[in-house]
Amino acid sequence: MNLTLYVWRQKDAKDKGYMEKFDAKDISPDMSFLEMLDVVNEELESQGKDPIAFDSDCREGICGMCSLNINGVAHGPERATAACQLHMRHFKDGDTIYIEPWRARAFPVVKDLIVDRSAFDRIIEAGGYISVGTGGAPDANAIPISKDDAETAFDAAACIGCGACVAACKNASAMLFVAAKVSHLVNLPQGKVEAKRRVVNMVAQMDKEGFGNCTNYYECQAACPKEISVKFIAQMNREYLRSLRYKDK
Amino acid sequence: MALDSKVPSGPISEKWDKYKFDLRVVSPANKRKFHIIVVGTGLAGGSAAASFAELGYRVTAFCYQDSARRAHSIGAQGGINASKNYQNDNDSVYRLFYDTIKGGDFRSREANTYRLAQLSENIIDQCAAQGVPFAREYGGKLANRSFGGALVSRTFYARGATGQQLLLGCYQALSRQIAQGNVELHVRTEMLELVVVDGHAKGIVVRDMVTGEIRSYAADAVVLATGGYSNIFFLSTSAKGCNATAMHRAYKKGALLANPCFTQIHPTCIPVHGDYQSKLTLMSESLRNDGRIWVPKKKDEDRPPNEIPEDERDYYLERKYPSYGNLAPRDISSRSAKEVCDEGRGVGETGVGVYLDFSDAIERLGEDTIRSRYGNLFQMYEKITAENPYEVPMRIYPAPHYTMGGLWVDYNLMSNLPGLFVIGEANFSDHGANRLGASALMQGLADGYFVIPYTIGHYLAGTTPGKVRTDHEEFKKAEEDVKQRVHKLLSIDGNRTVDDFHRHLGRLMWEECGMARNEEGLKKALEEIPKMRQEFWENVKVVGENEELNQCLERAGRVADYLEFAEVMCIDALDRDESCGAHFREEHQTEEGEAVRDDENFAYVSAWEFTEIDKKPILHKEPLEFEEVKPATRSYK
Ligand SMILES: Cc1cc2nc3c(=O)[nH]c(=O)nc-3n(C[C@H](O)[C@H](O)[C@H](O)COP(=O)(O)OP(=O)(O)OC[C@H]3O[C@@H](n4cnc5c(N)ncnc54)[C@H](O)[C@@H]3O)c2cc1C
Ligand code: SF4
Ligand code: FES
Repeated sequence: MNLTLYVWRQKDAKDKGYMEKFDAKDISPDMSFLEMLDVVNEELESQGKDPIAFDSDCREGICGMCSLNINGVAHGPERATAACQLHMRHFKDGDTIYIEPWRARAFPVVKDLIVDRSAFDRIIEAGGYISVGTGGAPDANAIPISKDDAETAFDAAACIGCGACVAACKNASAMLFVAAKVSHLVNLPQGKVEAKRRVVNMVAQMDKEGFGNCTNYYECQAACPKEISVKFIAQMNREYLRSLRYKDK
Repeated sequence: MALDSKVPSGPISEKWDKYKFDLRVVSPANKRKFHIIVVGTGLAGGSAAASFAELGYRVTAFCYQDSARRAHSIGAQGGINASKNYQNDNDSVYRLFYDTIKGGDFRSREANTYRLAQLSENIIDQCAAQGVPFAREYGGKLANRSFGGALVSRTFYARGATGQQLLLGCYQALSRQIAQGNVELHVRTEMLELVVVDGHAKGIVVRDMVTGEIRSYAADAVVLATGGYSNIFFLSTSAKGCNATAMHRAYKKGALLANPCFTQIHPTCIPVHGDYQSKLTLMSESLRNDGRIWVPKKKDEDRPPNEIPEDERDYYLERKYPSYGNLAPRDISSRSAKEVCDEGRGVGETGVGVYLDFSDAIERLGEDTIRSRYGNLFQMYEKITAENPYEVPMRIYPAPHYTMGGLWVDYNLMSNLPGLFVIGEANFSDHGANRLGASALMQGLADGYFVIPYTIGHYLAGTTPGKVRTDHEEFKKAEEDVKQRVHKLLSIDGNRTVDDFHRHLGRLMWEECGMARNEEGLKKALEEIPKMRQEFWENVKVVGENEELNQCLERAGRVADYLEFAEVMCIDALDRDESCGAHFREEHQTEEGEAVRDDENFAYVSAWEFTEIDKKPILHKEPLEFEEVKPATRSYK
């Protein structure tokens, strides 16, 4: 099939940026979306033109590197699917596709479709861990954890840190991402010990990075490739209230 | 050069404990004075960097992705082995050790493998303490599943995303150290050169992948944890950015490259379906717990699978290996799949595929149980192929997946260049000629959490901290080399794209140095590769400039290195005139097509020393001594 693409081009963080038109020819429906872009890029390269810069690595929906806004939707039209796992069979011959980077103040564009998501790393650095060093851990079966708790923790821990939740939210809020980590850890007995400190510090960092507030639109959940549930936002809010009297010393 | 493996003496079960006691220790006050570079933040590098920092060393870490959390380890699906014996099925350190040695077809170093089995238990404890959400039974205890090459159930898992969860545990530990100022992390930064001063590794030269700046970093020791080189085949299960550059640069600076021809082809991947394809997707080995592999008995069968009656199906693994059945090790399963396809009994449009069928398991256990075990894998399969594996059998075929070969290291995980340590998939040490499923994660974490934190101290204790700085002339020279190389790549302005070269090389390697090899093919490859390399340097088209984010340039540098690296792989494969594990030389097989090892002549690690481009490297042999187990013909029947 043949497609028309409008792609965001921006030389670097300072550049203003614009949409550029490309023709994608002879695209097979079995290609992934990124393979379609590979084909366009290889053609551009052979003409000596700058290929479209976009992030990807695993191409299996797990590393969280790919980050494309496709026709205005973070990761494109398929539910629970990262852009790298989207296939061209979901488009039809003659379609026009708009491809843009994540748009959020806290995710500045680096080049074309690539953004800087280091704000997410700094939120984790603020407390998204259990403070145990290497060595001296008790036997892994010493603390029984109910299957339900382990499953809930996993549901939250499945977050791939892609940032689609932020890109989808009209307030550019990072609540779903932060809630996923808070809930992962607080649903496990090991993570309860420093629960208060964790949620306070992570939320403080989130605010500092310039992410917006959550006003319960739930667009984040709809865009999330791992279907992280907004119920975790509710859980984080409860944790946060509980910790209000806690001050980091 | 005499290769000293530094394997300690004494009974195998006591070696590590005794050795640890003999290692020198750096005093807490002095640790701050030592600076360690860690390249790579996957399971191996991430765990090492965090552990060093906790001990008090100053650490600078690097990765090419935009975050440490995205290293290729994130993609591991099935699980991680440990000899906990929680299932009471008679597992033990010794059994895990034995299975690993046997699985590796008696081409790994006994003492390293034993230590790995010993440390496996600590890893599970450590990860559980970090909050890794492993699968649990209703009673709250950890659950296990089985993997290939083992008769016990010792694999721990977190649904189909074990690597992700382990890596996040390790990334979080690393983040904590970054927050405390003990680790400085550079993301989107690629190592392009190793710097060696007076024979010791003292730093690296990197390229900032956003600005193009070429910079040097000096340290008291350099740790490479840069993963494997499977995507030399272009199509592999690796992440797109995986590369051999760090490893290859170290090799060219004098580090020995060991067993580069030992590459693993994983039996269960989604088959190739088009020329434009950018990678292959693994379907975890864990699926072989419940899936049955078969092809039609008849050649050129054209009925759909559900219309082929039971007695016209060939469950070839169950037939050939009745005791291990579908859980035969990877090399054997892959080869068997190739065999039946070569006979014309392959399935799917291309005839290059076999069925992995869950219908019996669904009948026995119900769709819900299967969904809870493998839900995300089934979903991934359906996304890619648009077929529903709950209803029609999956189609799978082997694909390049893991590299057992890597830089040579001794028992300390230090290469022959003092101060250069190599951990995780990037080293060669523990898996011999074939890795068993779920033991790469185990090795990466054993190396990073529990081995190198001790052994590096021993090396550092014998050195003076901060001896070399980046104003040393070796750094200047290395920086200049990198700049010239980049400049050269950008100035060729030829007619063929980088990917075109990579695909071409990949196809050649797959044909001649893939699942089966022979003298003629390898010799042919060894004629082709230098030609391809020459054409590359004359005719590749690399667009853009250095001083910007330039993905074309990044790929070009990696492919340039692969074009040299491929040659050592083929030289090694040609030298090893025997079949062992994943290295199947067609000249050496039984009538039934089983590999024939030659212990008399090839019970050694081949360690190659770089000489010059277009000249044969020098072979050094580390003899493999088996004190504990007797090498025997592997039997999975
Ligand atoms: C699809 C898949 C599934 C798997 N499933 C399993 C499984 O179930 N169980 C199991 O045990 N094993 C599994 N494996 C194997 C296992 O995942 C890997 O062997 C292991 O994770 C490698 O870890 P590592 O830390 O050595 O390297 P990696 O995780 O590959 O990390 C490499 C690091 O080095 C960095 N790097 C590389 N080159 C450079 C450079 N030049 N400059 C700067 N940084 C660089 C990268 O940024 C990255 O941080 C699987 C592998 C694949 C592909
Ligand atoms: S919550 Fe979902 S959308 Fe947000 S970063 Fe995590 S995986 Fe991506
Ligand atoms: S490329 Fe890894 S999630 Fe898309």
